[in-house]
Amino acid sequence: MATALVSLSLPSLPEGWAAEKDFKPIGKITKDGATQRTIEPVGPHFLAHARRARHKRTFSEDDRIQAQERAKNVEDVDEGEISEPEDPMMLQRDAKDWKNQDHYKVLGISKYRYKATEDQIKRAHRKKVLKHHPDKKAAAGRSDDDNFFKCIQKATEVLLDPVKRRQFDSVDEEADVEPPTKKQLQKGNFYKLWGSVFKAEGRFSKNHPVPQLGDDKSSKEDVENFYNFWYNFDSWRTFEYLDEDVPDDNENRDQKRHVERKNANARKKKKAEDNARLRKLLDDCSAGDERIKRFRQEANAAKNKKRLEKEAAEKKAAEDAAAKKEAEEKAAKEAEEKAKLDREAGKKAKEAAKNAVKKNKRVLRGSVKDANYFVSGDAAPATIDAVLGDVELVQGKADPDELAALAAKLNGLKLADDIKSVWTEEFKRLVATGKVKESEIKAFSS
Amino acid sequence: MSDTKTTPAPGDRTVIGVTFGNSNSSIAYTVDDKAEVIANEDGDRQIPTILSYVDGEEYYGQQAKAFLVRNSKNTVAYFRDFLGKDFKSIDPTHNHASVHPEDVDGSVSFTLTDEEGEDATPSTLSVSEISTRYLRRLVNSASEYLGKKVTSAVITIPTNFNDKQKAALIAAAAAADLEVLQLISEPVAAVVAYDARPEVEIKDKIVVVADLGGTRSDVTVVASRGGLYTILATAHDYDFAGATLDKVLIDHFAKEFAKRNQGIDPRENARSLAKLKFEAEATKRALSLSTNANFSIESLAEGIDFSSTINRLRYETIARSVFEGFNRLVESVIKKAGLDVLDVDEVILSGGTAHTPRIAANFGAIFPESTNILAPSTTPAAINPSELQARGAALQASLIQEYEAEDIDQSTHAAVTTVPHITNAIGVLSVSQSGDEVFVPVVFPETAVPARRTVIVAAPKNGGDVLIKIVEGNTHIKVTQPQPKANGDNSKAAKVEDANSDEDSDFSDDEEEEEEKREKVWKVGATLAEAAIRGVKKGGKVEISINVNADLAVTVTAREVGAKGGVRGQLNA
Ligand SMILES: Nc1ncnc2c1ncn2[C@@H]1O[C@H](COP(=O)(O)OP(=O)(O)O)[C@@H](O)[C@H]1O
Repeated sequence: MATALVSLSLPSLPEGWAAEKDFKPIGKITKDGATQRTIEPVGPHFLAHARRARHKRTFSEDDRIQAQERAKNVEDVDEGEISEPEDPMMLQRDAKDWKNQDHYKVLGISKYRYKATEDQIKRAHRKKVLKHHPDKKAAAGRSDDDNFFKCIQKATEVLLDPVKRRQFDSVDEEADVEPPTKKQLQKGNFYKLWGSVFKAEGRFSKNHPVPQLGDDKSSKEDVENFYNFWYNFDSWRTFEYLDEDVPDDNENRDQKRHVERKNANARKKKKAEDNARLRKLLDDCSAGDERIKRFRQEANAAKNKKRLEKEAAEKKAAEDAAAKKEAEEKAAKEAEEKAKLDREAGKKAKEAAKNAVKKNKRVLRGSVKDANYFVSGDAAPATIDAVLGDVELVQGKADPDELAALAAKLNGLKLADDIKSVWTEEFKRLVATGKVKESEIKAFSS
Repeated sequence: MSDTKTTPAPGDRTVIGVTFGNSNSSIAYTVDDKAEVIANEDGDRQIPTILSYVDGEEYYGQQAKAFLVRNSKNTVAYFRDFLGKDFKSIDPTHNHASVHPEDVDGSVSFTLTDEEGEDATPSTLSVSEISTRYLRRLVNSASEYLGKKVTSAVITIPTNFNDKQKAALIAAAAAADLEVLQLISEPVAAVVAYDARPEVEIKDKIVVVADLGGTRSDVTVVASRGGLYTILATAHDYDFAGATLDKVLIDHFAKEFAKRNQGIDPRENARSLAKLKFEAEATKRALSLSTNANFSIESLAEGIDFSSTINRLRYETIARSVFEGFNRLVESVIKKAGLDVLDVDEVILSGGTAHTPRIAANFGAIFPESTNILAPSTTPAAINPSELQARGAALQASLIQEYEAEDIDQSTHAAVTTVPHITNAIGVLSVSQSGDEVFVPVVFPETAVPARRTVIVAAPKNGGDVLIKIVEGNTHIKVTQPQPKANGDNSKAAKVEDANSDEDSDFSDDEEEEEEKREKVWKVGATLAEAAIRGVKKGGKVEISINVNADLAVTVTAREVGAKGGVRGQLNA
């Protein structure tokens, strides 16, 4: 064999890859990975194979049988006995009445019907031919009545033509499953009974897969899907098979057209009836479908639950809002009261401060008076003026805290010198802070 | 008794290939390894498998076929399929217009007058005897052509011939003084005929052989692996074949005749029916070559002549359901083999009916473009579908003619032919330009083991150390639905449809029907081994061989092309 050339490229070796002798066994082909098959002993390449395989060995008949049993068989085993018994009445059928014959039954595949594969039909046909060919019967001295054989041929002709087969399957009532009666439903399983009805109806579906009815445990989605699908069923069912024969004759064109029109109308009518029939089946089935009731109840319950929840939520929201409002109002009120209190307290403090200032001012004045204006004996009015002038200067320039501090220092001092030094200190401080100018000071100027 | 006579020494053999068909037979031989189909003394390469006796004189082939109308009581046709069968399991449908088969102690016989004279008593001849007489005529014709007595042959048989049928055929041939070197299956003979062309390279491929004959159609899926052929699936269809097409034409012209002649149905009279059948077949063949054909029968029924024409288009219309049946048959066998049309590399059309252009064209439509449809109307280089099997048989005959019969028997023994075929492909991982992992199959699924396959894969552009990752792989079919048309709101469109006229909605339906895209993709399976080739030079390539032993042990070897060394490793079974 020639070596294949490939236009792709190999991957690079990953970082760190290592193996003994650069080969790493990982898996293997198991026995399941191979099928025993027969190679055809033909052609030059087979000769080479045979030479290798034989090794000058001699194989026996037993070897042959064993090897053959091992090999997968690619031929279907066929021509077994016809499995369905033949109804003697059916064997008497008139082939001219082929339109009314059950083609599946004629071929012995009535248990398959629309499910029969083309291969099954062909095999069934062949089996019937082997058994019923009139030439074989005649050769055996039996009658050469070929009536049933013609039925076989007709059945095969219809069933092997996909178009004709659909036309027949469309009217094959044997494949229908009748809807269950009330009585049956009382005793039987609803889903089984109706399920097989829709399984049979599903054969007409243009769309696949066809959803099945399911059972008690089917999900709401599946049930809805089922009814949706079936209420919108797209069916290939046609009623041509029941057409009246159109005269195959050039002479009578009007007659021909008439029959054709009649057939077309009949088909339309039957199709409409069939649609109505299916609709009724669905209505009946859904009316008795406990799941629908249950889903409705559940939906209602869910709806109710939702409503209650909603109401509760609304109530809670209203309550929350009211509480919030109340709290806000309360807070506002409290704030207002606090502000009022604060205001009042401020007023008092101010007054107290004022009083304190007043008191302190009194202390200041008193202190110089106690110190007799820093003179001995009666103080001259001018001296008193100068000292008091300086005291007023301080009272005017210093802030209440400074006044209070000064008053505290002065409080209790009796000795004129002590008092004077406090004052002198104070003036020094005030000059230093720039609140008082040296030049303004009269009595305490240094 | 004839043992010594029918098993000549290998050196003394003169061999041919024989197709012994239900409708037609062929004989072929090889010159310089090329197969040639022999024209008999009538100039026919397709020789009708028919015997006819007129006044004790034996006719075969085309001459006998002509007697089907005038001498149906002494003409035997369509008997090959009865050989080795019980009467109860034969289908006598096609013998209706000739001698009917009859039940003699459960086996099949024909009664006819094969001697001269008014008072000659009819003989009842077994199907084996009939076969022997016919084969003798074929052998004589070949011997005459080759100028020496033909001693031995390879004969083709359907894949569903059972042991009893094979034994009966070998015995019938022996009685005609013909040694059967080997019976080979018809579809494989067709594949061999194609593969033997000198320009053909042996490749791993899946071949579908559609053998469309006169009374049956046999479709076979063959895995061709390194020149070894394995049948994966078969189907045999007795409902859609050449005779079905004849019937379409018979019905068509019978109706026309009835229309012209006050409703006389020529099918109701055996002789008229025989004439219809003969002419229908000729007309059908003519329509394979030209687009128009005549249909003329003298004195078709009640002394009335009939003459008409038909064109190919009309024929293809009335035969459509039969043609579609062939399509479905082919598709069903591929499915049975567990494959998809995308897996099929070659479709060989074989058998007389395979000349029909419409059938080849229809096959072309169900297979992807990459599938080679080998039919005269699609491939100019195609081999005549009616000659494939005989050629294949002749090639095989020349291949084994030097072997002792015992040797051939041992070589074709089931113990030799039954071997494991791997289920999954084995291949190597590569990377595409876009960096995706791509499986490169080296050994394909359904390869008989032992087998060895080699590929050469490029190293990365700049060379260096490369990874050889050996994995199993399998294919699956990826289906991409067509993108919905970008014309906006579909549901809305559907609702307006009711209001619109019918033509409008039909039109839009047509437009929307875009085909889904189907492609075959390889899926990477289990890893079997990893190996490294180091220091590959820039632009270098790596050769990888995978060897699967009969016990399923795997040997992998890899080396840089043109370099020494490389790696080698073994995976035990
Ligand atoms: N050129 C052709 N075009 C169409 N059909 C043909 C052609 N040649 C032969 N046939 C048909 O092929 C059938 C015979 O095919 P063949 O392979 O010889 O048959 P069998 O395998 O049954 O012996 C007949 O139905 C015959 O009419």
